[in-house]
Amino acid sequence: MSTGAPEGTVTDLGSAERVHRRDGSAVLRVSEAEAFELAGDPDNPDDERMILNMGPSHPSTHGVLRLMLEMEGETVLRTKPVIGYLHTGMEKTGENLSYLQGPTNVTRMDYAAPLFSELAFSLATEKLLGIEVPPRATWIRMLMCELNRVASHLLFQATNGMDLGAVSMMIYGWREREEVLRFFEKVTGLRMNHNYIRPGGVAADLPDGWQDDVRRLLDLIPPRLDEYDTLLTGQPIFRERLQGVGVMTPAEALALSATGPILRSTGYAWDLRRDEPYLAYDQVDFDVLVGTYGDSFDRFAIRLNETRESLRIVEQILDQMPSGDYRTQDKKVTPPPRARIDDSMEALIHHFKIFTEGFHVPEGEVYVAVESPRGELGCYLVSDGGPNPYRMHIRGPSFVNLQTLPHLMEGGLIADAVAVISSVDPIMGEVDR
Amino acid sequence: MTTVPETSSFGQRVLYPLPDQLFATVSDLRDEGFLTAVDVTAVDYLVHPGRTDLPADVSPERFEVVVSLHAHQNHERVRLRVQVPVDDPVVPSLFDLFPGTEAMEREVFDLFGIMFDGHPDMTRILLPEEWEGHPLRKDVDTGRIPVQFREAPVQR
Amino acid sequence: MRRLPILGDVSRVADDGLEGLEHNFVTARIEDLVKWSRARSCWPATFGLACCAIEMMATGAAHYDLARYGMEVFRASPRQADLMIVAGRVSQKMAPILRQIYDQMMEPKWVISMGVCASSGGMFNNYAIVQGVDQVVPVDVYAPGCPPGPETLMHAILTLHESIRTGELTRRREANDGGAAIHVEAPPPDDTTEQPVQLGSR
Repeated sequence: MSTGAPEGTVTDLGSAERVHRRDGSAVLRVSEAEAFELAGDPDNPDDERMILNMGPSHPSTHGVLRLMLEMEGETVLRTKPVIGYLHTGMEKTGENLSYLQGPTNVTRMDYAAPLFSELAFSLATEKLLGIEVPPRATWIRMLMCELNRVASHLLFQATNGMDLGAVSMMIYGWREREEVLRFFEKVTGLRMNHNYIRPGGVAADLPDGWQDDVRRLLDLIPPRLDEYDTLLTGQPIFRERLQGVGVMTPAEALALSATGPILRSTGYAWDLRRDEPYLAYDQVDFDVLVGTYGDSFDRFAIRLNETRESLRIVEQILDQMPSGDYRTQDKKVTPPPRARIDDSMEALIHHFKIFTEGFHVPEGEVYVAVESPRGELGCYLVSDGGPNPYRMHIRGPSFVNLQTLPHLMEGGLIADAVAVISSVDPIMGEVDR
Repeated sequence: MTTVPETSSFGQRVLYPLPDQLFATVSDLRDEGFLTAVDVTAVDYLVHPGRTDLPADVSPERFEVVVSLHAHQNHERVRLRVQVPVDDPVVPSLFDLFPGTEAMEREVFDLFGIMFDGHPDMTRILLPEEWEGHPLRKDVDTGRIPVQFREAPVQR
Repeated sequence: MRRLPILGDVSRVADDGLEGLEHNFVTARIEDLVKWSRARSCWPATFGLACCAIEMMATGAAHYDLARYGMEVFRASPRQADLMIVAGRVSQKMAPILRQIYDQMMEPKWVISMGVCASSGGMFNNYAIVQGVDQVVPVDVYAPGCPPGPETLMHAILTLHESIRTGELTRRREANDGGAAIHVEAPPPDDTTEQPVQLGSR
């Protein structure tokens, strides 16, 4: 593992052309009818080509992902990922919801790390509004997001282990996740899909005694991570299944617009928290984990150690959390405290307007990106001056990262296909939206 | 280097190439160091009250294809907004420059009906293959089913 | 004195004769035994779609253990499963597959609709989501929540187990012909079914 500056000499995009030529051989682009025709000649005993359909209801495809694998024997030649089985029309729904209701919609896209989607949406809205959130709100957001990253990576380790056969990892991974979710329930009221990070700040302040809860998590999780390290990292079968499987080079990853642990596993050190800091990431100390071989084992190791880095950030937040307001005081954006509604007519009117019609956001368009556990999560927001977004588009990292699947699986065995999907860690809610 | 109108939005460069200029502009930007295509999406401005942020020499059309590029070395982002008329919704595909735009362009075709010339597989990606219509267009309804409660006097 | 490890001293069992029947044997009707065992070992099929799937996995994990109800074996093959927990939103593309999986399950089979998206379409009342999986498969228990916490899901499961154990579900199933025979009637042609396009309406 090493940290490094972004590669300064990637001007040679010859590999992009290579990827393009590889595209002709790695991505299967046929319709269903054509796929029937493509199967090998049944009379020729040497032709073992066939098209195998994996999913969408499959225990190892991480949700409703369907893969059409063109195979020769056990070797995967070309792949066609078929998505859309979870298409929810969230971007269309988002145009009918106010900006305050927006986080409830986007939070259900990446349901393993919901606070990041809320964060991207809220940051975009705040940019259009031109308001500043108070420092405490920023630091609370950072705390919750880093804990969410921990929960998401624990989920990855659990499902990764199960997909490779280490079924006990599935049970272990949820152990600490429950603890983190318990903290989330205490703060936000919900275990998942929190709707906590809203334009203007956060929904509620941290409850009393939160430092003890976070301190407890910080004492509990690192030794358990060491346990998982001991259980998995040195285990020969685990290594055999992951090392050298699904290799990617940095130029390929950049050309395919991959971000997150996939890009970092190739050796390219790019992390939006460090390179384009948002919230208060420039005031905390953390390392960016980078792989060497670009294989699935690197991706596993990166996520394991990113969990440790996130806990390191959480510890610093614990020490540096400022006091103050947890949301902006701008009355047009923030609903008033419930107690004031009894006293002040103006507060009542503001409350009514914000929750029925919604606050108006000035016209404009903006793109904001955050670093989610899966990569660059961006929100492109177009406003027409009204109370609802005119167009809300979320750039889901899993949607783009899924394009790397055919290239990672090419030439591998079908058992490796499962390992590769698991190491890409797609969340289909974000892929299909 | 083709010169296209340029503005700035919240600190980011925004360029406005015509559909014929798109490929050349993106190619030039890629040579400048914008090595990653972050996002390709589209917006339907049918019921927008009027865009005030367009420069004077850009004539607004109904659709806009928005391409976001990213240069890691200078930490710079650029956004390209291409005006696409509704009667000829074709835009050159960026697949040859950035293979990562394949899925994004398919999504734009699926939800808006904008075709990308030169794309290797211009088919629907999110909706079923036999779906008719392009849901994210503004003249297509959300498809809300009215929900009626037994005791409710009025239909919502 | 013959001792069996768990039962203890059994040396007098043979000596009790017919009187031993009272305190050495359990008798029940076969139907009750069958219902009892069906309820206690109901194997779910993996049909986790979205966020609810994460909560379903959390219910199966160590903290909210489903194994204490005999349900930790999530079968990948629907032929080996009794229960389908539809966990998550069902899109238009997924609906035929949902029906296909349901049809592949062997009788007796049950369906729990987990979460509001599966029960009624949830917050997504739009073109892409089937407004309730009971449009596609017959549902026995609905579990509300977005997502329902593990405790809600367990309550739904226990409700289902209770209905299985008392035989209520089997009775209902026989009464309406298995429920799988869903009759769809085309709505009468009507001028008012054309909804005007309302842009910007909530």
